[in-house]
Amino acid sequence: MSQIFKPSTNTLARVTLFGALFFALVSVWILVSLNRSAYATRQTIVRMQPVPFSHDHHTEAMGISCLYCHTSAEDSAFAGVPPTATCMNCHKLIWNDSPMLEPVRASFRSGEPIQWARVHDLPDFVYFNHSIHIAKGVGCVTCHGRVDKMPLMKQAVSLQMEWCLECHRAPQDFVRPRSEIYNMEWEAEDQAALGAKLVEQYDIQSMMSCSVCHR
Amino acid sequence: MRASPTTALLMLAVALSAGACRQDMHDQPRYEPLEASSFFDNGMSSRPLVEGTVAREMPIEKTAFYTGRTPNDEFVTELPMPLDRELLDRGRTRFNAFCSPCHGQTGDGLGMIVRRGFKQPTSFHDQRLRESPVGYFFHVMSNGFGQMSSYASQVPPQDRWAIAAYISALQLSHNIPVDRLSAEERQQLDDSIVGSAEAHPRAGEE
Repeated sequence: MSQIFKPSTNTLARVTLFGALFFALVSVWILVSLNRSAYATRQTIVRMQPVPFSHDHHTEAMGISCLYCHTSAEDSAFAGVPPTATCMNCHKLIWNDSPMLEPVRASFRSGEPIQWARVHDLPDFVYFNHSIHIAKGVGCVTCHGRVDKMPLMKQAVSLQMEWCLECHRAPQDFVRPRSEIYNMEWEAEDQAALGAKLVEQYDIQSMMSCSVCHR
Repeated sequence: MRASPTTALLMLAVALSAGACRQDMHDQPRYEPLEASSFFDNGMSSRPLVEGTVAREMPIEKTAFYTGRTPNDEFVTELPMPLDRELLDRGRTRFNAFCSPCHGQTGDGLGMIVRRGFKQPTSFHDQRLRESPVGYFFHVMSNGFGQMSSYASQVPPQDRWAIAAYISALQLSHNIPVDRLSAEERQQLDDSIVGSAEAHPRAGEE
């Protein structure tokens, strides 16, 4: 009676064993990568908007401050999306016959709000508060990126919890003077020294308890 | 009863694949600010204010702080709060954010929006505006003037007063009589004139 298994079966068995392990590890790696990819976080993906509003044009070219439209950024949990009336402060005279701005004028006439697509949307179990971050010296650009260089709005960072924790663990690496909150181009000459000083001055704490954000 | 290994594996696979499907915790049945709603006709979750609504902290009495006017309906000539460095600094940041797009950072009325075609506002250094009482500026910010919209919804009253105070400072900066300068400041002025003459030696000849 001949042998059932040939000598090469030994190799096949090893390949199968290690292959299974390899396959399992690669699957985990793919899942983790997918979860952190732009596909999951929607980072750097431009959303379609009813009007192609350009932050680049309004802030970089026109020099309008973030605060002009996002008026509640300093005092409220929500930075605020401006009412159509704010657009019309200027656009009643400027580009007031542009077809591109017709949805803005239509909204102003009817009182129906423009339905912007929200770009920065945290999960509902995160209770983020805009005002405290500004009060403690976190600049707009730190979380929103170079909005003044974005012709169409996109999310600059992942907004995942590991990203939040980078700063919550070591705020001294990211905070800036309150006078430079809206400055998109500001960079610290010596963040280590300045950060330590600001943490002292603004009483900035490393908030790491779960219930700080999840209530 | 113990589950067989096959059943256990199957359950694990189902748990893993179904885990990512439901987003109930991400999108909970509550409204975020300005979120759309399918409940109301116009699709807004935030309801429009009933006409005549008074903000909670706002007194019913029309004090100078909210109107910029005296009981005799004249514009107030004094700020309804102490003028200090903090108020002026606050006024400067608010002025630069809300006013400078049209009025320019120096108040000359040549802001970027004006350069792009908006109606040019009167310079704050114009005789009429230099003689206007501070309550008048508060009134214009609150109610608008000509092509300028009301900024009442964008700038709260305290900040409107801060801006009014800063406008006074801007006006002073452009029209201060030379005898009100200190000796040191006059020296600086002289130096800057000499400095600019050196930088442009032929300017006077052209």
